[in-house]
Amino acid sequence: MKKVLILFAHPRMEKSRANNTLLKHIPSAANITFHDLYELYPDFNIDVETEKQLLLEHDIIIWQHPFYWYSCPPLMKQWMDMVLEFGWAYGPGGTALKDKIVFNVMTTGGANATYNAEGHNRFTIQEYLRPFEQTAYLCKMKYFPPFLVQGSHRLTDEELQRFSKQYVILLTKMSEGTFEESRMNEIRFLNEICMKPV
Amino acid sequence: MGNGFLFQAVIYLSAAVICVPIAKRFAMGSVLGYLIAGMLIGPFVLGFIGHEGKDIMHFAEFGVVMMLFLIGLELEPAHLWKIRKQIIGVGLSQVLITTAVVMAIGIAASLLWQSALAIGFAFAMSSTAIVLQSLKEKGLMKEPSGEFSFAVLLFQDIAVIPIPAILPLLVFLPITNSIDTHGAGGIEELPKWLQTGAVLAAVGVIVLVGRYAIVPMLRLIAKTHMRELFTASALLIVVAIALLMQQVGLSPALGTFLAGVILANSEFKHELESDLEPFKGLLLGLFFISVGASIDFNLMYAHAGTVAVLTCAVIFIKAIVLFLIGKKAKLSLDQNLIFAIGLSQVGEFAFVLFSFIGSHNILTQEQTDMMMAVTALSMTISPLLLIVLDKWVLPKVRAAKNEQTTKRADRIEERNNVLLVGFGHFGTTLARFLRANGVVATVLDNSSDQVDLLRKMGFNVFYGDATRVDILEAAGAAEASILIIAIDSPETNLEIVKIVKQHFPNLEIMVRSKNRMDTYELLDEGVENIYREHLDTSIRLGVDVMKKLGYRTYSAFRAGQNFIKYDEAALRTLSKNRKDMKVYISDVREQIALQEELLQSDRQIVPSANDHAWDSKEMRDKILEMDNQKKK
Repeated sequence: MKKVLILFAHPRMEKSRANNTLLKHIPSAANITFHDLYELYPDFNIDVETEKQLLLEHDIIIWQHPFYWYSCPPLMKQWMDMVLEFGWAYGPGGTALKDKIVFNVMTTGGANATYNAEGHNRFTIQEYLRPFEQTAYLCKMKYFPPFLVQGSHRLTDEELQRFSKQYVILLTKMSEGTFEESRMNEIRFLNEICMKPV
Repeated sequence: MGNGFLFQAVIYLSAAVICVPIAKRFAMGSVLGYLIAGMLIGPFVLGFIGHEGKDIMHFAEFGVVMMLFLIGLELEPAHLWKIRKQIIGVGLSQVLITTAVVMAIGIAASLLWQSALAIGFAFAMSSTAIVLQSLKEKGLMKEPSGEFSFAVLLFQDIAVIPIPAILPLLVFLPITNSIDTHGAGGIEELPKWLQTGAVLAAVGVIVLVGRYAIVPMLRLIAKTHMRELFTASALLIVVAIALLMQQVGLSPALGTFLAGVILANSEFKHELESDLEPFKGLLLGLFFISVGASIDFNLMYAHAGTVAVLTCAVIFIKAIVLFLIGKKAKLSLDQNLIFAIGLSQVGEFAFVLFSFIGSHNILTQEQTDMMMAVTALSMTISPLLLIVLDKWVLPKVRAAKNEQTTKRADRIEERNNVLLVGFGHFGTTLARFLRANGVVATVLDNSSDQVDLLRKMGFNVFYGDATRVDILEAAGAAEASILIIAIDSPETNLEIVKIVKQHFPNLEIMVRSKNRMDTYELLDEGVENIYREHLDTSIRLGVDVMKKLGYRTYSAFRAGQNFIKYDEAALRTLSKNRKDMKVYISDVREQIALQEELLQSDRQIVPSANDHAWDSKEMRDKILEMDNQKKK
C-alpha cells in the first residue's frame, strides 16, 4: 500500500467539465488524499508547514491541473516556490522528499497530435514538462510520465467517461503499489498502463 | 400680567434660552449659563423674580433626583459592585476629613463645636447637579476623574441620610427637645427601631417592585402604543419612589438611583432614558437658575471681604482634601486636578442644612445668610475654576507629561515616521499589526488612563487632543511621513484632516472613515487614502456566505476583491456627481438618492465571478461551433 496525495490546482473549477468528471471518480480510500489548493489558498498565502507535513505523510505526489499556457496555473507554481524549500526539499540536507514518486495529471485543450514538431504546438508534452521533471530531479524524487486527458474541448461525454475510468485504474494501481516501476522508462504517458481494468 | 404663571415661565425660559447658548459659545458649559441667567433675573439685578427663588429651588431639586435615576439606569449592578471600594474608601475619607478640617477651623474661630460640626457637614457636600452635568458635558464620566467624582457624590448622598437625624440628636438634644416640635408627620414619630425597620422595608420595596412589578407594568403600557402614557409611567416611577423615600426619611435621590440601577438591565432602559431626559434637563436648569437668583448681592456687598475670604477658604480646603485623597488613590496629576477642582464647591444640600440650622438659632440669621451666600458663590465659582483648569492648567500639565515621552524617545534615538491618532479598537488592532511587523507608531490619544499602560507596552504615547496644532507638533507631526487618523468620530477625523492639511502639508494622511457620507467629505478635502471601516469586513462576510453556499472559494474571493475595487471607483464617481446636486437636499435625502444611484450602477456592472478568466466552457462552445461550420 502506498499513500497518494493529489495536489489539485484549478482557478475556475466550476467551469471545467473534464476536471469535474475526473474528480468525481477519485476513489474514496483512506490512503488517497485530495488537496484542493485554490479552495484552501484563494489569497495565495500558502501554509508551508502544513504542506510540508502533508508531503512527508505521502509516498506518491500527483500534480493535477489544467495545462495553461504550457504550464500549471499560478497557484501550483506558488506552491512549488514556497513549499519545496532549500535545505528541506533540495540542496544540502534537503532530502525530505527523497525517493517519493511524483507526476503530473493534466487536461489539455488541444489534442495530442498538435504536440509535436509538425503540430501547431510545435513541442512535445515531455518537452513542456521539463521544469517539473527537473524539479523532481533536484528533490531526488522519481518523476513518472504524465497522465493526460487531451483534446478536452472536443471530448464527448463517453470519451470523458473512458478517461475517468483510466484515472480510477491509475489511482488504484498507485495506491495499491501494483505498478511496475521499470516500465516507466518505456511508456510516454501513464494512460498506457491503465488501458484495461485491473 | 403681573406675576402670573405664564409671566414667570416666560422669564425663566427666556433667561435660559438667552444665557445658556451665550455661555456655551464661550465654552463655559450650561451650568454657568443657567447660574448667570438666575443672577440676572434675580431680585438683585433685574428683579424679575423675588425671594420665591428658594421655593423654586426646592421644587427644582427634583431635577437632581431624576438625574440620579438616569445615572442609575446607566450603571449596571455589577459595575456598581465593582466600584464599591472607591465609593466607601474615597467617599468616606472625603466627608470625614473635610468635615473635620472645617470644624477645627470653626472652633478656632470660636464657634460652638456643635455649629462648627454642622457647618463642616454642610460644607463637605458637593453639588451632584453641577459636577455630574459638567462631567457629562466634557465626556469625562468614564475617565478616572469621572469615576472618582461619581463615587464621592454617591457616598455623600448616602451620608446625608443619617445627618439630619444625627445632627439634632448630637447638637440639640442636650439643650432642648426641639426635635419633636417640628415632627409634622412621617416616621419621625415612630420609635427608633420601627424607623430603622421602615427604612429597610422601603429599600426592600424598591428592589422588589423594581425587579418584579415595574417591568411587567411597562410592558403592558408599551402595548397601548401611547407615548405620553409611557412618559407618565416613567415620571410616576420616579415621583413615587421619591415620595416613599421622603416618608421614611431617606434621600429621594438615593432611592431613585437604586431604582435606576435595578432597571439598568431591563429592555426599557433606553425608552426611560429618552423620556425623562428633557424633564431632568429642564428641572436642573431651573435649579441652577434658582441658585443664581438666590445669591444675596446686598449681603455680599455689605460683607464683601468676609464672604470672599470664606468662599475662597472653603473651595481651597475642599480642593486640597480631594487632591490629597486623589493622590493617595494614585490618580494622575491631570485627572486629580479635574477631580479636586470639580468637587470643590459646596452642594445644594447645604441650603437645606443651613435653613435647618438657622431655624434652630444655632447661628444668627446673618451668619446663616452668609453661609448660604458662600454656598451659592462657590457653586458659581467652581465651573469658572474648571474653565481656567481646562484652558490654562491642563494643557501645561499634559505638555509636561508629553515632554517626558519626548525625552525618552530622544534618549533611545527613536524617530517614528508613523503617527497614529486614536487608540480605540480600530487603532489598537492597527498598531498591533504594525508593531508585529517592526513599525512602532507614535500614538496620540486623549484618554489618559490608557497612556501609562501603553507606555509600559513600549508604545510612544502622547496624551492630548489631536485637533490642536501644538500637540501634533509635540508628537512629531513635522518630522513624521505618515499620519493615521483612526478616531471613532468622523467629525473629529475631518477636523484633524483640515488642521493637518493646513499646518503639515507634507504629511501623508491615511484616515479611517465610518460611512459613505463622511467619506465624501474626506474626498472633498482631497484625502486620497480613505479606509471605510465596514467595507472589507462586510465583503469578507459576503465571501464566506458564498463559500458556505457552495461557491468555489477562489471565485468568491475574486468576486469580493473585485467588488471592493468597483465600490471604491463608484464612490469616487458618485462623489463627483454629488457636488453637482442641489444644496437644499438634506443629508438623509442625499444619502437615499446616492444609495439609489449606487444600486442602479451595481445592476449595470456587476463585478462578480461572471468574468471570462479560465472559462474553458466558453472556449469549448466556440470550438464546437467552428467545427460544425467546417462540416457544413
